[in-house]
Amino acid sequence: MSQVMTRLPRTTRGGWLQPGTLIPLTFLALILLFAGLGDLLTPYAHDQSNLLARNRPPVFLGGGWEYPLGTDRLGRDVIARLVLATRITVLVAVVGTLIGAVLGTTLGLIAAHRRGVTEDAIMMAVDIQASLPFIIIALAVLAFFGNSLLLFLMLMGIYGWETYARLTRAAALSIRGQPYSLSALALGVGTTGLFVRHILPNITHVLIVQFTLNFPQTILLETGLSFLGLGIQSPLTSLGQMLGDGRDSLISSWWVAVIPGTLIFLTTLSLSLLGDRLRDHLDPTLRGRR
Amino acid sequence: MSLALITRKILRLLFTLWAAVTFVFVILRLSGDPVIALVPPDLPDAIIEIYRARLGLDQPLPMQYLAYLGGVLAGDFGFSFRTQDSALALVASRLPATLLLGGTAMLLAVMVGCALGLLAALKRNTALDRGAMAIAIFGFAMPNFFFGVLLILLFTLTLGWLPSAGLESGWHLILPALTLGLASAGVFARFMRSSLLEVLEQPYMRTARAKGLTLRARLWRHAIPNAALPLITVLGLSIGALIGGAVVTETVFGWPGVGRLLVVSVGERDLAVVQLLVLLVALTMGVTNLLVDILYGVIDPRVRVREAGG
Repeated sequence: MSQVMTRLPRTTRGGWLQPGTLIPLTFLALILLFAGLGDLLTPYAHDQSNLLARNRPPVFLGGGWEYPLGTDRLGRDVIARLVLATRITVLVAVVGTLIGAVLGTTLGLIAAHRRGVTEDAIMMAVDIQASLPFIIIALAVLAFFGNSLLLFLMLMGIYGWETYARLTRAAALSIRGQPYSLSALALGVGTTGLFVRHILPNITHVLIVQFTLNFPQTILLETGLSFLGLGIQSPLTSLGQMLGDGRDSLISSWWVAVIPGTLIFLTTLSLSLLGDRLRDHLDPTLRGRR
Repeated sequence: MSLALITRKILRLLFTLWAAVTFVFVILRLSGDPVIALVPPDLPDAIIEIYRARLGLDQPLPMQYLAYLGGVLAGDFGFSFRTQDSALALVASRLPATLLLGGTAMLLAVMVGCALGLLAALKRNTALDRGAMAIAIFGFAMPNFFFGVLLILLFTLTLGWLPSAGLESGWHLILPALTLGLASAGVFARFMRSSLLEVLEQPYMRTARAKGLTLRARLWRHAIPNAALPLITVLGLSIGALIGGAVVTETVFGWPGVGRLLVVSVGERDLAVVQLLVLLVALTMGVTNLLVDILYGVIDPRVRVREAGG
């Protein structure tokens, strides 16, 4: 009886049409829309300062409609800065997570394919990277090489590759021993064909789950480093840089820090919630355990 | 845990440390002329040459590498050009503040996290469970730099209850420790919950109930000790998150610790200090993982039996 009970799907009822998925999805869609078309909301440029209109509060705090979300301590429009900041944060996170996923998956497949010394070297690199918090590695690289946008993007890409590599290698090795892999080999697809045509599609769900877990982490790393003044540099801005900038004027204009901070929080929250859902959905072994 | 296994783990730790030292050495050499990086900018060439000879950088690379390894082993990490102190003395002077902050945050995270996870597991699928897990998810998604800013805004600037910067009294510890502990508390809560749920389904829990133990006795004698065991692993893992978090938290609150020192040193490219801090973090994490492994064997007799058997 209990066997039958635990096999009943618990969370799949209603599918994607439930508040727990719809609200985060809608929010993320709005964020993307804002990053793409937000320029239409404001006549000002992100670096256009109006010293006669410094520290103006947003509308809901008694400010005027001239600057609906207020201005910072240099009289720059918060909306205009927010659009650029969101755009940069989203771009850096997408590019960084993609680089990490492709790099890690490729190296993981190579490790499982080649074995031997190649595998040992890759897995040693995985161990070394996992033995330090990544923010420390990132800070060291920034100290040694100085800061540039390209280097910073590469750093975001290196973040998290080791998890993909480890997952891909383990999954590929276990699939390699499955009967269908052996039949494919017997039919003459060749090892490379086996990896690309048969193994990669079979580990896609593992990789997608890892991607959704890694994505908010990359956002937090970028915004954190930018907050410290060591990531995205002026004249560009990111949500983290804006928050770090606004921290210096908390007393006179706290909204300059709180608005981008809230966006970061809601974005990572939405992504985490969706990631959890997706993991439950794609990974049948976890279903009903939580 | 057998002696051979411990020896192997120690060897592995030494290897990782060696890899970290070598990594730092290679990166230092890759990133350009190390003399330029190690001396203040705008020095005349003649003086740079004197520095080069004094630092042994006119030697061939393998000799430099050996000299560097020797220096690290002898505790010579060079000088901070920002303050002119030895890097080691500078870091040592900042270490107590970080240990105080990190220790308090860890204690807070373990106590709050375990309590939340325990409640959530015992009251599974109730509003309490959902509330506790909502707090855990909040802690996971909330960036610590933003949480710190919000705390300052509320408790310092609006209410005026707590100080936000520096380290003069115990009151100064509260906001930074909350900020740093939040994320780890969420991790502990989620882990404690799932671990306890698993234990509660074990046959020995049914046996304990069948022999008439009270709920309190079943929980404290059987369920909690078994559920808490895997938490040691999480404790080891969260050290890394704590170190990363300390860098940010100390900056938000102007805390005079090594995290703040690292950020300032990176900004000014004070490489002697940065390399020492990187090695220190590698050492801390390596030793923590080793201790976790050993502790696991000491506390959990099943691990010993399994190893002796296999």
